[in-house]
Amino acid sequence: MTPASFDHHAPRTIDEALGLLAQAGGDARILAGGQSLVPAMAFRLAQPSVLVDINRLTDAPGLVEESDRLEIGPLVRHETLRRMPSRTPLGEVLAHLADHIGTWPVRTRGTFCGSLAHADPASEWGLAVVALDANLTLESASDGPRSVPASEFFAGMQMTAAREEEMLTAVTIPALPATARWGFAEFGRRTGDFATVLALVVHELKGGRMTGVRIAVGGVEDVPRRLGPAEEALEGAAPSKVRFEQAAEIASEIVEPLEDPLSDALHRRELVREMVLRALQRSTR
Amino acid sequence: MRHLGRPLPRLEASPLVSGRGLFTGSMQAGDHLAMRLVRSPFAHARVTSVDVSGALALPGVVAAWSWSDLGDLPPISYRTGDTGRLDGFRQPVLASDLVRYVGEPIAVVFAEDPATAEDAADQVDFRAELLDAFIHPVTSALGGSSDHATVALVEQGFGDVEHAIASADIVVELELEVGRQAAMPLEPRGLIARWDGARNLLEITGAAKIPHIDRDLLADQIGRPASRIVLAEGHVGGGFGARGEIGPEDVLACLGALRLGRPVAWLEDRREHMTAAPQARGQRHIARVAAQDDGRLVAMDVTFMIDQGAYLRPDGLRIAELTAAMLQGPYRLDAFRALGDVRLTNKTPAGPYRGAGRVEGTFVRERLVDAVADRLGLDPVAVRRRNLVAAEEMPAARGVTLGEVPVVYDSGDYALLLKRAEQTFALERLRKRTRTRRSKGEAVGFGLAFFVDRSGGGSGDGVRISVDDTGTVEVVTGAADLGQGLETAVAQIVADILAVPYTDVRVVHGRTDAIGFGQGAEASRSTVMTGTAAQQAAEKVREKALAAAAALIGVSADRLMLDEGEVRPIEHSDAPGLPIGAIAHALRPDRAAALALPHSPDSAGLSAEAWVSLDSPTYPYGLAAAVVAVDEETGAATVERFFVAADVGNAVNPKLVESQLAGGAVQGIGGALSEELLFTATGEPVAISFADYALPTADQVPDIECLITDDAPSPLTPLGLKGAGELGINGAGAAIAAAIDEAIGTPGAVTHLPVTPARLRAVLRGVS
Repeated sequence: MTPASFDHHAPRTIDEALGLLAQAGGDARILAGGQSLVPAMAFRLAQPSVLVDINRLTDAPGLVEESDRLEIGPLVRHETLRRMPSRTPLGEVLAHLADHIGTWPVRTRGTFCGSLAHADPASEWGLAVVALDANLTLESASDGPRSVPASEFFAGMQMTAAREEEMLTAVTIPALPATARWGFAEFGRRTGDFATVLALVVHELKGGRMTGVRIAVGGVEDVPRRLGPAEEALEGAAPSKVRFEQAAEIASEIVEPLEDPLSDALHRRELVREMVLRALQRSTR
Repeated sequence: MRHLGRPLPRLEASPLVSGRGLFTGSMQAGDHLAMRLVRSPFAHARVTSVDVSGALALPGVVAAWSWSDLGDLPPISYRTGDTGRLDGFRQPVLASDLVRYVGEPIAVVFAEDPATAEDAADQVDFRAELLDAFIHPVTSALGGSSDHATVALVEQGFGDVEHAIASADIVVELELEVGRQAAMPLEPRGLIARWDGARNLLEITGAAKIPHIDRDLLADQIGRPASRIVLAEGHVGGGFGARGEIGPEDVLACLGALRLGRPVAWLEDRREHMTAAPQARGQRHIARVAAQDDGRLVAMDVTFMIDQGAYLRPDGLRIAELTAAMLQGPYRLDAFRALGDVRLTNKTPAGPYRGAGRVEGTFVRERLVDAVADRLGLDPVAVRRRNLVAAEEMPAARGVTLGEVPVVYDSGDYALLLKRAEQTFALERLRKRTRTRRSKGEAVGFGLAFFVDRSGGGSGDGVRISVDDTGTVEVVTGAADLGQGLETAVAQIVADILAVPYTDVRVVHGRTDAIGFGQGAEASRSTVMTGTAAQQAAEKVREKALAAAAALIGVSADRLMLDEGEVRPIEHSDAPGLPIGAIAHALRPDRAAALALPHSPDSAGLSAEAWVSLDSPTYPYGLAAAVVAVDEETGAATVERFFVAADVGNAVNPKLVESQLAGGAVQGIGGALSEELLFTATGEPVAISFADYALPTADQVPDIECLITDDAPSPLTPLGLKGAGELGINGAGAAIAAAIDEAIGTPGAVTHLPVTPARLRAVLRGVS
């Protein structure tokens, strides 16, 4: 469990980092918090010949909250989000989700952008950006920056729309209205493990009816995604146990669950129903 | 100060908690070579070629060997006596024509550093022709010796089982399974071998558990006299039965050191540990129990299959034998039969793990008892109580043997332990509260399991004690310390007899050059056997000291007392005493004769030796109880409370016993709910890291509530000692299974450990 040999570069600027990525011609990996990459290298599942270590960047944007959006730079750690002072609904959602990521050492090192770039289907952040309609900024030395909506970013299990020479330099999440309600539920074997299934629900309650309903699940399929038919079943409806159960049932029917030796598809489907139901219940508490 | 029975601080703890421990990884010599195994990626294949030239071409690589480079090296042999008929099931040091599991060593590389060794291992070109892998032995009938995969059948029993079953009021049959699991010491295996050319001595460190036995095995494997090998254990980051068993890696490290003339360090990494270290459990049982309407058990008839993996380990058929020998547990039966079928599969070879055979047997037996209670509408605890072997029946011959040794429970008052546990833990109130919660809709239940364990026995454990001129006592043993607190326990026993503080007792262990024989630390033996030897040697030293003091002071020995490290006349207890160190000084060989002291040329100085031999082991016993809550929608089970009550005959240090019970209980909870080594249909291991193998974490485990009693001292040893190492894990799976049944209101629901969420959901789906 020692990594194969590699060259280590620690650029000071994003441009320098992008230059190194372009130079490596696809054989480079970005090292941010290293919480997924380093174990993969120790197992030799990943054997990059070049590591572009971005931890010493001096021009990386940090965490900036504006009235209409939140911007998250490439070195923002999970723990920073967990402790963010914001009392807006968006800030609360992100702080709550961060609390469910790994363990304290993982949270203090791992980064928000790194988690997205790694694209584990059970990532809290993957779920968040999909549910919250975030935009991701990918940059390369040759083509400059481009913006990709979260719904188009994830391409499969640990696969994304990012090209090999591109770096995820920022994520923008639109602010949630002050009246937004949200609920989150996840099922994992142990605290700190990747969840088997996780669900995030966001909506607004107006005149006793739910509007702008967003329901997303992760860990179920190879990418996190929103579940349109379940959302539609609740749009404009008054929250009730029966309605929630109907929507959760729809959610569990339309997913095509992954199967692994620890959780069969049927169990995952049941967990989707239960986690969506619990997230909905929590959203109206 | 009296030491025995007190929860004194551990003597060996300080280096471990202050970063001064000597683990295998911290003992590497400066010029050592790193050894790396190349392991089979296939579960079953015919080897076409193993080409190491790519590895040899890398700078920093000193040697790379495949089977053809080894010469005539015997397979790893057994340490369990004559096993001629099992010779064909031993593991070769490197695979020759066939590989039989993913992880089987096929080549070995020696390099200047671990990273280079790993790079080189990747360059070994391995070609093989894939064969069908035999993964699930459960698909073929149990008990059929004609099956090509059966290594051996193990049978035990007494009485007319068929008749007993035919004439009983009820018969219940269950199919039960315990999944594959393994010991997961935080420090994986490792070995450092160094050939000392100046003294023509092979020095080995790292393998703990059974140093003398391992040395003898290694001597056989590499063809050197045992006296030209020294094996010395270091500190150990957990053992649990798996660490310290000799495997191919240990032989290769020794061979490397001898052939290459450089020290060789083999440090297993976690992924290797999870495919190459001994695995365990993996048993499937078809079990029948017969009972009368009043709840009296009449007979048990159990056929079981062990998923052995690709080869037998040095412990041979021991786990099958233990399962059969201990399956009856604490209950009276008219007839009993156990038939074990040890099957080969294309998986990592199985071997010892804490509670071997008893965890599985207790799960099966206690499930049967729960089934009887349910069928008859009786209280499961009451059914247990009425069937317990009574104190007045002790010693109780159980009609079965383990190897050649008849199983005879030496002592026990099982009913008393049950009663004391009920009182101490307020179990009646707890059960009532659990029922109330259930009636309000909560899925919560209580379960209890009773068990008997086995510890010590046999011979080969000895102690030599000597006192130096300062009164410091050195105790040399052939035992090993795996973290259980051997030094503390032995020091406490010796300190009382020699009237010195236990901190003045230095315990030497785990060194084959310090004492001729030793049985290490396995099968819960070290306190029973080495503790007894220490007691007997210390008594001899005390006698010798008093005899010498009698001559020095001029008072007869029977009128002398030894107190606070000094000898003085009983009548003048305030007179200045003669320090034990001064007596040791006077007994030096050069002085004893001059002072005309009673001494023997065979045992110079203030020293003595004692060796212990027990015809029969001791049988500690206990019960486990659990309150478990189930999330019926997700299938998650949470252990809210966990209790262990155990009688260890005489608890030398209750705190050490408690830590054994608690640690074992946590492993038992993991084994009951989450730990499982799964394999794909083609034999690839699913769990290769702690991300896949779910050890319980601190937030999943409640405080383990312990009751330690010594109501039934063993009559076999003067101090009544019984072992405590495997009591915590023994009943956990059985108790948790019963609690889950009750929580979901479905008797007999749990038939398969571990009860993972997916498995429990499948049960609940079947129910609704």
